Amino acid sequence: MDRIPILKLGSSLLVTIQVDMHDRLATTLQEDLTNRIVAHSARGVLIDISALEIVDSFIGRMLDNIAAISRILDARTVVVGMRPAVAITLVELGLTLQGVQTALNVERGMAMIARQDEALTQIAAPADPAE
Amino acid sequence: MAVQTPDDVVRVRQLVRVCAVKAGLGLVDQTKVVTAASELARNTVDYGGGGSLTIHCIDDGARRGVRLVFEDHGPGIADIPMALKDGYTTGKGLGLGLGGAKRLCNEFAIESHPGRGTKVTIARWK
Repeated sequence: MDRIPILKLGSSLLVTIQVDMHDRLATTLQEDLTNRIVAHSARGVLIDISALEIVDSFIGRMLDNIAAISRILDARTVVVGMRPAVAITLVELGLTLQGVQTALNVERGMAMIARQDEALTQIAAPADPAE
Repeated sequence: MAVQTPDDVVRVRQLVRVCAVKAGLGLVDQTKVVTAASELARNTVDYGGGGSLTIHCIDDGARRGVRLVFEDHGPGIADIPMALKDGYTTGKGLGLGLGGAKRLCNEFAIESHPGRGTKVTIARWK
């Protein structure tokens, strides 16, 4: 597999990671995602890791990078589907993934992105104080 | 097995998983040892110039588990305590690999001399 497919889901992008990633694939994914976020003015990026049995610091760094790049491009990244054993291991490994939000599944991830988007829209266009 | 390329890192994970299952480790323990192995295999490739992994399945009556020995003949580590510190990296990594592997395993031992390579041994018991 040369590239990981990126699907458009409403105003978000969905990436499902199913294979063991090596460096080239991770770099290609980051570049592809960046291009697609800009091309579609995506509001969010959902990264589905439910198929991953292992998340090591290499994958962790990739997720951090994607979240940072998305943020600069005004999109929110949500990682979904983390397996319980992976979550336990990540904490012990010391990977905090601080710049990355998580949700149980794609539906909740989309809802999270929509809520944050709405909140930002309200801040940008406050109600008239005279009313 | 040889640990020379990024593809070998993937093979290491698969092989360690098989051995961990054979040794009777539960899912969380399997995940921890495979993740530790992934970190060390990556170090062997990225920093050690490639090396090898030897897997021992332990079943001595008292306990069952796996012991992994990662060995390379690369530049070696000059300051081991520093290398074990979270966040310290001489490359582009997160600096969590060595310290992380130590935290994830029941046993951790490292021998390294500048110019003579590095040997890391980890073990995870049931």
